[in-house]
This record gives sequence, structure tokens and C-alpha cells, in this order.
Amino acid sequence: MTTLKQQKQIHAILLGTLSWTIALILFFPIFWMVLTSFKTEIDAFATPPSIFFWPTLENYLTINERSDYFHFAWNSVVVSFGATIAGMIIAIPAAFSMAFYETKRTKTTLLWMLSTKMLPPVGVLMPIYLIFKDFSLLDTKTGLTIIYTLINLPIMVWMIYTYFKEIPKDILEAARIDGASVMQEILLVLIPMTKGGLASTALLSLILSWNEAFWSLNLTSSEAAPLTALVASYSSPEGLFWAKLSAVSTLACAPILIFGWVSQKQLVRGLSFGAVK
Amino acid sequence: MGTSITMSNTNQHNASAASTKTPLPTPLKPRKSLGSFLVTPSVLILLVWMIVPLAMTIYFSLIRYNLLYPGDNELVWLENFEFFVTDDGFFAGISNTLILVGSVLVITVAMGVGISVLINSSFWGQGIVRVLLISPFFIMPTVSSLVWKNLIFHPVSGVLAAIWQFFGATPIDWFTTYPLLSIIIIVAWQWLPFAILLFVTALQSLDQEQQEAARLDGAGSWSIFYYLTLPHLARPIAVVVMIETIFLLSLFAEIFTTTGGGPGYETTNLAYLIYSQALLQFDVGMASAGGLIAVILANIAAFFLVRVIGKNLTDKP
Repeated sequence: MTTLKQQKQIHAILLGTLSWTIALILFFPIFWMVLTSFKTEIDAFATPPSIFFWPTLENYLTINERSDYFHFAWNSVVVSFGATIAGMIIAIPAAFSMAFYETKRTKTTLLWMLSTKMLPPVGVLMPIYLIFKDFSLLDTKTGLTIIYTLINLPIMVWMIYTYFKEIPKDILEAARIDGASVMQEILLVLIPMTKGGLASTALLSLILSWNEAFWSLNLTSSEAAPLTALVASYSSPEGLFWAKLSAVSTLACAPILIFGWVSQKQLVRGLSFGAVK
Repeated sequence: MGTSITMSNTNQHNASAASTKTPLPTPLKPRKSLGSFLVTPSVLILLVWMIVPLAMTIYFSLIRYNLLYPGDNELVWLENFEFFVTDDGFFAGISNTLILVGSVLVITVAMGVGISVLINSSFWGQGIVRVLLISPFFIMPTVSSLVWKNLIFHPVSGVLAAIWQFFGATPIDWFTTYPLLSIIIIVAWQWLPFAILLFVTALQSLDQEQQEAARLDGAGSWSIFYYLTLPHLARPIAVVVMIETIFLLSLFAEIFTTTGGGPGYETTNLAYLIYSQALLQFDVGMASAGGLIAVILANIAAFFLVRVIGKNLTDKP
């Protein structure tokens, strides 16, 4: 006869097995991509797909010759870090004043900022394209950085605002009575106190910029094209190349995947605009 | 910054001199003008970012403007809208957009709730399961589309083809036979982690004692789920629905890298239709008219989202 405790244990094992099965199925495409990146092109195309094979690093070693990987990776790095740094510099003062000098208009301003995020990019694709053409910003890292800064700014202001809001005003007042200037208040008091929140804001901006694939596909061609565009160029098939596609994809996604794993808890707040904490 | 501190200092002195009765002057007040000064750059930048292109789009949508025929920029009022709406692709574009958004929403919310409730119980390796489940969200759209297209859906070497063959069935050419369904599967796979992430977080704040009390009162698992868990998830579900709607209305990269809108118009959504009008046929006027229609659609979703978030703002202590 099974006791209640045993029943509970069986229940837990069943739930665990089911959860693991679902998780493994959903993770499978990523696992398969990484696995394929270590195959030779012949193994990668084999039917049925080969599970046991002699792993090779060949794809990783030839990526750069074949598709100039580092050029695209460098563009991704410059554009996402550039947009994140610029965004932080603009967003921190705005969030600071909204959190500590709240007026009647603050709430409206915040919601209005968010609403700019809801403008579908296709709605403004043509004007942006033409403005970029006139200012010769098409296919430049500067142009893409500007766009990414703008599309992430509302989320960044919003997230930083919610973190600043949690700091008691008394602490800033104490610093002010000690003679701190606004600059010192922000740099020496506020930023150190909210560094966890600021880091996750920056991380979210990095992830969103790194993975952005509307503007990068429409505004760049070769010179400033980031990794999203490099991977998209693999969509036109030219022979057997899936092992290499997998290797490029694995390298392009690995850093962001690790960032995401590390900061998943904090990201929820930013991703839901603070509606879920 | 030096001037601002002296300014506020003098203000403080004035304040304390004026009202000797109040024990401490509130030093935060004098810097109010500074507050609006600091918020100005963000507001200005975003204002320019929103107003200028939008105004240009509205203007372009009312004139004849094709990059292939420069100079012929006559005011044609609503002709572009008329052409866009009567275009062969328009009906397909609208219905595909709605089918895509609707199916992905239903799949991600239903599966998201189920999976979140499932992994909210404790079992071995909970942390790893969570990490595995949310991973697809961090994969860039172009990568997930191409991995699904070439490694999973491919009729010869794809994993699904191998599974079909294992059971003696003929492998399906997914993108030819079920093009829209294939895209729905890929997009749902990308967005399911988002729903799980939000729901799991929300479930952690669910009152455990209340659940325990309900259980002691003889409530079954199903009624606990229906009367306690689901109402608790109402807000995160609303947020997921609206944020996904906004992003999915302008779904682009997944279609661009897999089907290119085809076969025919079978996987052309509104965003892709506008893209093909604008950058492939160089018809700026018509693309702008389409863009405005997309803006109106997104605004309907955004209207409700802003309300939910706005409510959240006032709820805060």
C-alpha cells in the first residue's frame, strides 16, 4: 500500500519528467544547431541525420575566410554597445528627474514615451530610409546606432525610473545637505545604489540591439551589416553549407544566450514595462 | 553644474529666512526647473523621432511618389490608400497578419500558462529546466528562422523528415505545403519563452497559504487552478497579449529569411507587403499609405496596453 508520502513522491517524479520532456523538446533546435556546427557538411546533410559522428572544428576555423565573420561581429559589437552607452547617458538624467522631481506631467510623459515604442517600424520605414539617404547614413554603423538608441530609449528610461523610484528621497537629501552637486548625487550616490538595476537595463538594451532584425536588414547592406544580416544572407542556398550556417549562428547567439540566462529574473521587469515584477 | 548648486543654496537660504516657523526647508523643491531640464533631451529626441517620420509618412501617403519616376510628386489625396487597399496582396496581407498574430497569441498564452504552472512545482533540476525553456527568446530571429527551415523542417535532411520516415510516412515539405503554419510554429517557439518568463515570475507571488487553505477545504487541483491561479495570472496574460501583438503586427525577419512572402501571397503579412511595395517596387506613396494602416492597427492594441500599464503606475505605493 502506498502512503501519502510515497504518492507525493510519485507525483513529483511524474511532474518532473513531464517538465524535463517539454523543456528538452523546446530546447532541441538550439541543441541541434550547436551539434550540427561540429559536423562536416556531409554529416550535416545526411539522411537520417547522424547523431554519432566524428566532431570537427573545421566550420569554426573556416568561418572567417568564408563569410568575413569578424567584420560582422565587430559591427554588432560596436552598434549594440554604442546604442546601449548612448541610451544610458540620455536615459539616466531623464529617469532621475522623473523619479525625484515628479510633476503632474511625469506620468503622461512616461506613458507617451512608451507609446513611441508601439509605433510599428514599417510605418516610418520610408521616411527614415530617405532621411538616411540624404544624410548618407545608409549602411553606416552611426546610423544604425542612432536607430537602436531611439528604439530602446523608452524601455531604458522606464526601467531606470522604476529602479530610481525605490531609492528613498532622504538619502539624496542627505547627500545634498553634505554639499553634493546634482552630478555628484547621480554619479556617487544614485548609480552605485542601483548598479544591479542599471546593469540589467544595459543588458536588455544589448540583447535587443544585438538581435534586432528589421532596421539592420533594411538599412545596411555590407559595410555596417551586423550579425543578424550576415545570418540572413545564408537564406539563399548555395550548395551544402548547413554546418557552416550552424557554426555562424552558434557564435552569433552564444554571448546573448549567456547574458539572458544570467539576467533572466531582472529582464522580466524591463520586458513587461514594469507591469510584472 | 556649479551654478545650479549655488542657485539652490541661495534658494534654500531664502526659504529658511522667509519662514522661520518650519523647522527644516525641503531642499528638493528648489531644483524643480532642473528636473524638467534633465528630462528634456529624452523627450525632445523621442518627439523628433516620432513626429518627423510620422509627418513625412502622412505627407508621402497623400502624394504620388515613386523613386523610379522622380519629380512627379502630385498631390493625389487618398489615391495611394485606394491602390493599397485594392492591391491583390492587401486582403492576403491583412488576413495573414491576423491569423499569425491570433494563432501565436493563443499558442503562447495557452502553452505558457500550462508550462508555467507545471514547472512552478518543485522537482529535480528546476533551474536547468527554466533556463532551457526561456532560451529560444534570446536567439536572434534570423538564426531561429534558418535553423528551423534548414535543420528541422527541411524535407530531405530535416529532423522532422527523419521522424516521419521512422514511422514510415512520407516527409512533408513544410514551407511548400503549410507555409503559414510553419512560420506560426517558428514564431510561437520564439515567443513562448516570453510568456513563460512572465507567468513564472507572476506565479512566484501567488499566495501559497491561500492555496493550502483551499486544498484543506477540499478544493481539487482544477478548481484551485481555475479560481486562484488563473485570476492571479490575468494581468500578466494581458501584458503578454498586448506586447506580443505589438511586436507580431510588424513581424518581418522571419518571413524575409524563410519564404519571402510566398508562395504567392500565402505568407505575406502587412509589414512584408509594405516592405515589398517600398523597397522592391520603389513606390514610396503606396508604402506610406500601408504604413499608416499598420500604425492604426498597432494603435488599437497600444491603447489597451497603455491603460494596463498606466493603471499599474497608479497602483504603486
